Amino acid sequence: MEIFESFKKTFLFIFIVIFPLTIITLGFSNFFEKEGNLGELKEKYSRKKISSVDHSKFEILQKDFKDPHEVTEACLSCHTERGKELMSTAHWNWEREEYIEGRGITYLGKKNLINNFCTGIMTNERSCNKCHAGLGWTDKSFDFNNQLNIDCLVCHDKTGTYEKATGMGGHPPVGEDAPDYKNIVANVGRPMKHNCGYCHFNGGGGNNVKHGDLETALLNCDRNVDVHMAKDGLDMNCVDCHPAENHQIKGKYYAVSSSNKNRAYCTDCHNPAPHKQQILNEHTIKVDCRTCHIPHYAKVNPTKLYWDWSTAGAIKDGEGYSVTDSLGREVYTSKKGTFIWGTNVQPEYVWFNGTADHFLITDKIETDTININTLFGSYVDPNSKIIPIKIHKGKQPYDLKYKTLLQAKLWAPEKGEGAFWMDLNWDIALKLGMEYVGLPFSGQYGFINTRAYLPVSHMVSKSEDAVSCKECHNRKNSRLKNVPGVYIPATSYNKNINMAGTALMLLSLLGVLGHAALRIRASYKKKTSI
Amino acid sequence: MKKVYIYKVFERFWHWTQSILIFTLALTGFEVNGAYEVLGYETAVNVHNFSAISLIILIIFAIFWHFTTGEWRQYIPTKKNMKAQIEYYITGIFRNAPHPTRKTILSKLNPLQRLTYLALKIILIPLMVITGILYMLYRYGMNGEIHSLKIGSLEPIALLHTIGAFLILAFVIAHIYLTTTGHTPTSNIKAMLTGWEELEDDDDEKKENNVNTEKNEKNENE
Repeated sequence: MEIFESFKKTFLFIFIVIFPLTIITLGFSNFFEKEGNLGELKEKYSRKKISSVDHSKFEILQKDFKDPHEVTEACLSCHTERGKELMSTAHWNWEREEYIEGRGITYLGKKNLINNFCTGIMTNERSCNKCHAGLGWTDKSFDFNNQLNIDCLVCHDKTGTYEKATGMGGHPPVGEDAPDYKNIVANVGRPMKHNCGYCHFNGGGGNNVKHGDLETALLNCDRNVDVHMAKDGLDMNCVDCHPAENHQIKGKYYAVSSSNKNRAYCTDCHNPAPHKQQILNEHTIKVDCRTCHIPHYAKVNPTKLYWDWSTAGAIKDGEGYSVTDSLGREVYTSKKGTFIWGTNVQPEYVWFNGTADHFLITDKIETDTININTLFGSYVDPNSKIIPIKIHKGKQPYDLKYKTLLQAKLWAPEKGEGAFWMDLNWDIALKLGMEYVGLPFSGQYGFINTRAYLPVSHMVSKSEDAVSCKECHNRKNSRLKNVPGVYIPATSYNKNINMAGTALMLLSLLGVLGHAALRIRASYKKKTSI
Repeated sequence: MKKVYIYKVFERFWHWTQSILIFTLALTGFEVNGAYEVLGYETAVNVHNFSAISLIILIIFAIFWHFTTGEWRQYIPTKKNMKAQIEYYITGIFRNAPHPTRKTILSKLNPLQRLTYLALKIILIPLMVITGILYMLYRYGMNGEIHSLKIGSLEPIALLHTIGAFLILAFVIAHIYLTTTGHTPTSNIKAMLTGWEELEDDDDEKKENNVNTEKNEKNENE
């Protein structure tokens, strides 16, 4: 009877206690999820863009252009203000006016910074500046105020046939090899992947050498390589995510940039909290989208991870030589030294708040390893997030006496001009380089370890390939094990607390087992004594 | 001996649900701590969070029950019999001496239990609930954006939560063992399952402060 009574109560329980309890719990645990805006975006970017203008119909573009400056002149005759616009951009000036903590307002960029790939453009303009959006920046005399020096076609040629010459500072080939201007100007328009890629895929002197996440494979890749640019996906263009306003293109690369402005973000298109699981959305307060969604870079072709200039200059049979490894990658060349390459590389991770500093050629070297650029950020800084980066390690020349990095003259069209790549002589190459820069060189040089911190932003993987929870949350081999200052569950723990806690549990167990043993012995004794 | 209905339905539901939840929380919690891998990190986190919310809601129900029924008085600490109870666990139990505190419906707990459970209820459980809620909610979504409490670091929260977890585990070990020190080794557990327990039938039974058989648990530190 009483038992039945208690059953009845249990029944009531299910309605009064357990049912509301379950509902409240489900509510709190985000059981009811919401959707992101992915469908909307897919619809938007799958719409074909139709040009409002057919350039082949313009009379001014009908003539046989002999010189690229004539083309620029024709462009500017209609697009009258675009020249001025372009001339205020970093693509033209190769420097930006930016504020750097501790340095004040600086004018830094490719024009004057030292890197740890080919070290810098100074004295090497004819070769490096092939990638300048201008025509013929071969030395200091280049006129940055002449609009006709702008190269419109390198960015706006939709035929994919426009080429710049090697060794002419961004000028296209002349004579027989000159581009087919008539066809090209009839097909100009919004920049496509191959336009940006013409330079940005080849940074550092070859495909994928510098970036690791930008390379020619992106012109024709599947969704495993990059979900945005994939042929079997939306086949998006660079400028879809890096739109331009008055030729100011959104997005920054902190090898050369310094300030937290005009950046391109995933959240420019995507919801800031797009995950179904709220706990993933919560990560975004400290973890950048890229950290989870770019599990690897250099997914197709290798990228350079290490460049040691100190071994450069070796001679075999009176000549420089090269060595390739079994995968066909150049691992040594007398012109450049020793390389280490990587494919499918797992990024390193750092805190980053969008500001950076750079090691200038005038800075004093005070440590064994110097950071070519420094990405600022920390756990306590609310503007910082963990981002994936490629660390490019290098070993490059510096002045033993003046303790500064050195700029070498690397390129010349032929031997005898003192360029290292021709004559393999550091003494002369460094002397000429530093003379050109206008800084002292003691004549004594060594090689210093350098590191460049290069954010990885492309080659976004499919969502199912994103970094899984346990790749970061584990004690043994967390991806984030080198990220300072942050407590990461499962990865971080306090050794002392865990040891003391384990000891407490063992003592408790021993205590109860000992007590139980004594009780058993006592009862046994009692029985036997009876 | 006399059969007494000592644990009400809610009390038993509360006790066993709580025990299952605490067991689940411990299992998944130490996986989140990184001590081992059983369910997989992601599942462990989800199960842990779900169990935690369930437990908190259960606790709210239990608090309500304690106050509406007056059962909270069971935990008012007393010095009376304290020494005798300690001596019982250290020596008396081995001599088969009688339990110094008698168990009744009005006074289910011996002085050591009263003190331990009270500490559990007002120190350890609140510590776990507060650190747990902070751990779970120091960053939260609002209007499609993620916000964060201005706490310097998750670390002290996580470490306090870990310390609390170890203390609860130590309590559980002692608690389970001490259930065997009743009238018979299983009588306490049976009582908590069915609600019915055989208590000592004493002449003084009707009087205030009556004496009975007993179940007990205590973090023993002999």
